[in-house]
Amino acid sequence: MSQPLLELKDVTRTFEAGGGLGIFKSNIIRAVDSVSFTITSEKPLITALVGESGSGKTTIARLILGLLEPTSGLILYKGKDLRWFKKKDWMTYLREVQPIFQDPYSAYNPLYRVERILRIVIKKFKLASSKSDTHEMMIRAMKDIGLRPEDILGRYPHQLSGGERQRLMLARILIISPKLLIADEPVSMIDASLRAIFLDQLKVFKEKKGTSCLYITHDLNMASYISDNIIVLCKGRGVEEGPTESVTEDPLHPYTKMLMDSISIPDPRERWKGRIELSSSSLFSGSEEAQGGCVFSATCPNATEKCTKESPNLTLIHEGSKRKVACFQR
Amino acid sequence: MNKILTVQDLYVYYESIYGDYKAVDGVSFEVYENEVFGIAGESGCGKSTLVEGVLRLVKQPGYIPKGKVIFEDTSLLSLSEEDLDKIRWSKLAYIPQGSMNSLNPVIKIDEQMTDAILDHNDIDKEKARNLSVELLKEVGLPSELAKMYPHELSGGMKQRVIVAMAVALKPRLVIADEPTTALDVVMQRIILQLLRDLKENYGLTLVIVSHDMAAHAEIADRMAVMYAGKVVEIGSIYDVFDDPLHPYSGRLIAAIPSTKKKYIKGIPGMSPSPLNWPTGCRFHPRCPYAKPKCSKVDPQMRKIGSGRYVACHTFGEEK
Repeated sequence: MSQPLLELKDVTRTFEAGGGLGIFKSNIIRAVDSVSFTITSEKPLITALVGESGSGKTTIARLILGLLEPTSGLILYKGKDLRWFKKKDWMTYLREVQPIFQDPYSAYNPLYRVERILRIVIKKFKLASSKSDTHEMMIRAMKDIGLRPEDILGRYPHQLSGGERQRLMLARILIISPKLLIADEPVSMIDASLRAIFLDQLKVFKEKKGTSCLYITHDLNMASYISDNIIVLCKGRGVEEGPTESVTEDPLHPYTKMLMDSISIPDPRERWKGRIELSSSSLFSGSEEAQGGCVFSATCPNATEKCTKESPNLTLIHEGSKRKVACFQR
Repeated sequence: MNKILTVQDLYVYYESIYGDYKAVDGVSFEVYENEVFGIAGESGCGKSTLVEGVLRLVKQPGYIPKGKVIFEDTSLLSLSEEDLDKIRWSKLAYIPQGSMNSLNPVIKIDEQMTDAILDHNDIDKEKARNLSVELLKEVGLPSELAKMYPHELSGGMKQRVIVAMAVALKPRLVIADEPTTALDVVMQRIILQLLRDLKENYGLTLVIVSHDMAAHAEIADRMAVMYAGKVVEIGSIYDVFDDPLHPYSGRLIAAIPSTKKKYIKGIPGMSPSPLNWPTGCRFHPRCPYAKPKCSKVDPQMRKIGSGRYVACHTFGEEK
């Protein structure tokens, strides 16, 4: 097996909450708790990282992008540890691993015209030799992404719609053609009618440019449409992993099952059956810390005593399978 | 079926130095007693402004040039502010978008609820307090939550507190603007489940405004689809999903990803600006069936069979 493109090994990131003035008790929150996964370099794939708010999805994105450092564990890019990166390594890494954020508005400087965001990368990574080359490159990228350059050039960020801003980000990605995209809820600010166009562009990047993608979302509908593989996170722990189709068709972890049951199918003839109830202990935000047990044990209908004491690891369901699940009840 | 709310040719504009933003531009629909009526549409189509217009909550620089809103037998737009206050909340409750974030952070949950109840009702404080605890139970929250502060609750719980407050005075009609937006999937399901329960238990009528077609599919009995300040289609939820008559509604449904769908299709082009709507049918620049007439003449709402309406020139013609 060749070296994976990106590998996370037992990555943990904790945050301290409270503890003001040194007199209040502080809380350690394990936002990401021993998460491991790999993104293969064999072929470009879209991997969906799925979880509810507070599951640690965005923290993982920030760790990968080098915006945060792991408390423990390793992040390897092409076999190299991010911690030992030299300045030159970072230059390459930041070019090859590119983010797309939820709302790209904050990525633009409101005082500059929007095309600056394209011009800067061309300059920084020395992609064009002359001014006219730069201009041509920008125009081509915009057209490829379905933007009309005459609508965009010379405008300021606030004059563009959310969809346009997000697509201009795609034009930027097209110019850089990275190896890996870290897309954190990239369509949540885009109208439904334009989402499909955006998502399909990610698929085009994958097929035509060989760009892999880590697609972070809370929406299993979205994940199942866009991704080849799925990783399900629950309160900072990976609980299930596998090829998208088999995970959505036959979820193994009770948490994945609950998520699958809760997504709404856009068809009035397929309404939810039955009801779901949450135990009251699972209702309070942050009050309950996983005390060494399975993170889902408070809500899980099948939890046994073991589940509340030991934490299951994400393991293959059997030798040779592509699916992993972290549950004692399997 | 009895009509509980009738909106007739309602306009809501916002004044600006560039001219009027015609956010809601001639909208008519009816809501029947004890149904769930969904209003769908993308951001900027005027959904929230429509609701604000219906409740007469439009603030400067917004204004209502014309239109009629009849709730039960009262015309809301011609009422005095004082009389309107008596109806709002006690008979006609409103859950604004993102209202779970408007809970006062320094007041305990039960006190906030009690204050709100006392403000609109002539009961003594003790009764109001008991009522708020009862309401919390009703929405599936433990009673110890009454003594907590908003920051101690998750988003889904706060939203439930808001729902509890909305139904506190047993209103006849509840209008909820994006009640599930910004919640996790599991919590979305719980909130919709709760709204449906309350509708059954209290005999409420619900108007749900949401950009999420899947949420409508889950809960609505009938729905209206809005585009560019106008309603383009009205029908029962089954009719609209099975056989959308307006090219926009059809495409909006086709654009939702689902685990059951292999392909989804977007709608090319951009939503137009309320400052400068396209002439004729507002969807014509993005419509694959557009004919020369569509860019010139504004299509009127036509009745197609029982309870179905569509505003499209190409309907019934060869496509």
